Amino acid sequence: MALDSQIPSGPLAQKWDKHRFDLKLVNPANKRKFEVLVVGSGLAGASAAASLAELGYQVKCFCFQDSPRRAHSIAAQGGINAAKNYQNDGDSIYRLFYDTIKGGDFRAREANVYRLAQLSGNIIDQCVAQGVPFAREYGGLLANRSFGGAQVSRTFYARGQTGQQLLLGAYQALCRQVSLGGVQMFPRTEMLDLVVINGHAKGLIARDLVSGQITAHAGDAVVLATGGYGNVFFLSTNAKGSNATAIWRAYKRGAFLANPCYTQIHPTCIPVSGEHQSKLTLMSESLRNDGRVWVPKRKEDCAKPPGSIPESDRDYYLERKYPSFGNLAPRDISSRAAKEVCDEGRGVGPGGMGVYLDFADAIKRLGINVIRERYGNLFDMYEKITGENAYEVPMRIYPAVHYTMGGTWVDYNLMSTIPGLFVLGEANFSDHGANRLGASALMQGLADGYFIIPYTIGHYFVTSKQPKPSTSQPEFKQAQQQVEAQLNRLLSIRGKRTALSLHRELGKLLWEKCGMARNEAGLKQALARIPELREEFWKNLTVTGDSAGINQALEYANRVADYMEFAELMCLDALHRRESCGGHFREEFQTPDHEAQRDDEHFAYVAAWEYKGPGQAPVLHKEPLVYEEVHMSTRSYK
Amino acid sequence: MNLTLKVWRQKDGQTPGRFETYEAKNVLEDMSFLEMLDVVNEELIERGQEPIAFDSDCREGICGMCSLVINGVPHGGHKGTATCQLHMRHFKDGQTITIEPWRAKAFPLLKDLIVNRSAFDRIIQAGGFVSVNTGGAPDGNALPVPKEAADRSMDAAACIGCGACVAACKNASAMLFVAAKVSHLNLLPQGHPEKDRRALAMVRQMDQEGFGACTVTGSCEAVCPKEISLSFIAKLNRDYGLAALKGK
Repeated sequence: MALDSQIPSGPLAQKWDKHRFDLKLVNPANKRKFEVLVVGSGLAGASAAASLAELGYQVKCFCFQDSPRRAHSIAAQGGINAAKNYQNDGDSIYRLFYDTIKGGDFRAREANVYRLAQLSGNIIDQCVAQGVPFAREYGGLLANRSFGGAQVSRTFYARGQTGQQLLLGAYQALCRQVSLGGVQMFPRTEMLDLVVINGHAKGLIARDLVSGQITAHAGDAVVLATGGYGNVFFLSTNAKGSNATAIWRAYKRGAFLANPCYTQIHPTCIPVSGEHQSKLTLMSESLRNDGRVWVPKRKEDCAKPPGSIPESDRDYYLERKYPSFGNLAPRDISSRAAKEVCDEGRGVGPGGMGVYLDFADAIKRLGINVIRERYGNLFDMYEKITGENAYEVPMRIYPAVHYTMGGTWVDYNLMSTIPGLFVLGEANFSDHGANRLGASALMQGLADGYFIIPYTIGHYFVTSKQPKPSTSQPEFKQAQQQVEAQLNRLLSIRGKRTALSLHRELGKLLWEKCGMARNEAGLKQALARIPELREEFWKNLTVTGDSAGINQALEYANRVADYMEFAELMCLDALHRRESCGGHFREEFQTPDHEAQRDDEHFAYVAAWEYKGPGQAPVLHKEPLVYEEVHMSTRSYK
Repeated sequence: MNLTLKVWRQKDGQTPGRFETYEAKNVLEDMSFLEMLDVVNEELIERGQEPIAFDSDCREGICGMCSLVINGVPHGGHKGTATCQLHMRHFKDGQTITIEPWRAKAFPLLKDLIVNRSAFDRIIQAGGFVSVNTGGAPDGNALPVPKEAADRSMDAAACIGCGACVAACKNASAMLFVAAKVSHLNLLPQGHPEKDRRALAMVRQMDQEGFGACTVTGSCEAVCPKEISLSFIAKLNRDYGLAALKGK
């Protein structure tokens, strides 16, 4: 099967306009005849469900949390980018496009990224109209701040809770559609399989997490907005419930997975404190606007109190190595720089796994009140977790898994290789290449949900002409039996190890072998170890209780079962990509000053993997990345 | 440190519940409260016993999913702190900790420490939104919003919908939750056209769900992990009163 990205012809700036005109429309009176199943209720899912219902489609929306308002988009702190140029500082759609393509280390699709930049302004307008309380200047106009990887100030924010406020905007739009009858909401319901009929996605199998009942849902199209797979690493900044099950089960039904090795390690997280750690907490990148990152120049100083180390003995390594971007160097670069100084033995805090993020200079320059107004909630959060007051002592931070750029392969219409299956937001692979810039995830999730899927899904309905599915069809029965069989199998092992202990072991392996830096030997070791671990999982797992009613141990084990398979594909992808790019840093491929060395001649493509059955090697398909407008330069932030 | 936990266990909404006692050994002060429970649960599973069911998701104090009454106080009684951000350094060796679910008629219990808070969703569905469809919004700067209004709106919008306010209230009233959403939207020019309808509809839904009346004791504000101010209840009363007088 050849991958067709469906990128429209014509000049870059006109592609989306032209495409919108070329897309077929569904008559307003006919829209209610189509049913759409939306899985996930974060920024992408809630905005898609609400917008599709507003158009007249019948929507069913599913989320595993107790309310759609809890989706993990809510935890995004810093902001959302938009090329409004309100600051008169030289921003433009083209500049946002270029920064995003460059930030992604020239591994994203040009046409998608340009469209994203084009839509960024509409998103701000939409959110303001919904009542999102963005930060304002005294004159009443919208305020902006700077973020990593950009030299203009284009990030809109609502204190340190931008994700929460944008999600509540989308959630409120969703609630309005529920009250109007356009959306039927299924909270505490988890999708466990995709149903494909005649090659088209026509439904899903879900488990009601309260009753334990397995239910089948038929629809004319399925939209997955189920987020990223960062929790495969066990420790990440993701919510505990975030999981890869929906996209993994879709992969096993024929939706190719693209670039799974592209994972983002966020440079500013609170360091791990011990074995018991259940998740990692991010400190917003916006802190790097005013905080300065440093470690002692000498190893011997690491244990000393930071205040007693004189300026001359401190190494502000980001400012030293990247003078023009300084502390605002992009995430992948900042993370690797932190790892490098810690590997040299110059890390601080327990285990030497931390660097300082110091606000002393900013407090001196701006006063404590300005800093409190800008970042108060983040300082509070830091104090709750560490017991330390960051107004007085520098924060200690260390990189952690945060976001996954890889995901289900989709074309320009956001449709996967299974017709009728659309994938939005972090769950797809399309816009961030090998590294995502800060404040771009919110932008992408909302662009996909508010402004892209409402146009492209109709075209699918008009052109595909598929018969209405029914849950009485054998494909539904077969998928349901498969789901039930897997749950029963998990319950019947009755071994000795908990899902958590197996997951933690897998996560450690991945962090060491497929984390911030990877190499051939390490990836091969991981690829040898993962199948053993998976075998142990299926032989020695213990899950208490049964499948009726609430059983959190069973829910979790079922997700870990998928991580045990997902991890292998991730390492395989990392092994095959013999170059370094963005978040994928292969130690064998670096410049003399330790920067990522791309190999455009051999690897300027999207790696899309096709499932071939249990025990079979997946097949690699390549979508070449063709740059019509930009020149693939070496990414430099010096 | 070593702790004794008295935890509410209940199979489902139909079966009566009871307290069970568990020992939590070698608890480190850097653990979060939920990580301490994770460790207890691991031991229970290893012994073939059912783990304690509780809700949590983001574990950074923003999703509003976690919901435990700790020693009689929702979220444990540390100012501005949700259960998931409560750390064990606040407890002492040898202490006994009682852990219960949110208790309110409008939040039916599902299992152990998990309750059903869908009533909150239905209150938002009744009017907690601005009626704009996607597309056609004017430029974000077309309508200036005074900084004070935006800031105050944001103070209210910070609500995470956890329901601690209801759990703390002797009447199980949802006034602080409703007041926060009504204030968030009514303070902004974008929310103004539906100001009256919103206040009336959301209060009506709140009453229908079985939440109690507000007697302004302020226990809600005291336990709110986002420190939502009681003054928003005054604002809600004002908006509701004006709307009622207009006969809308």
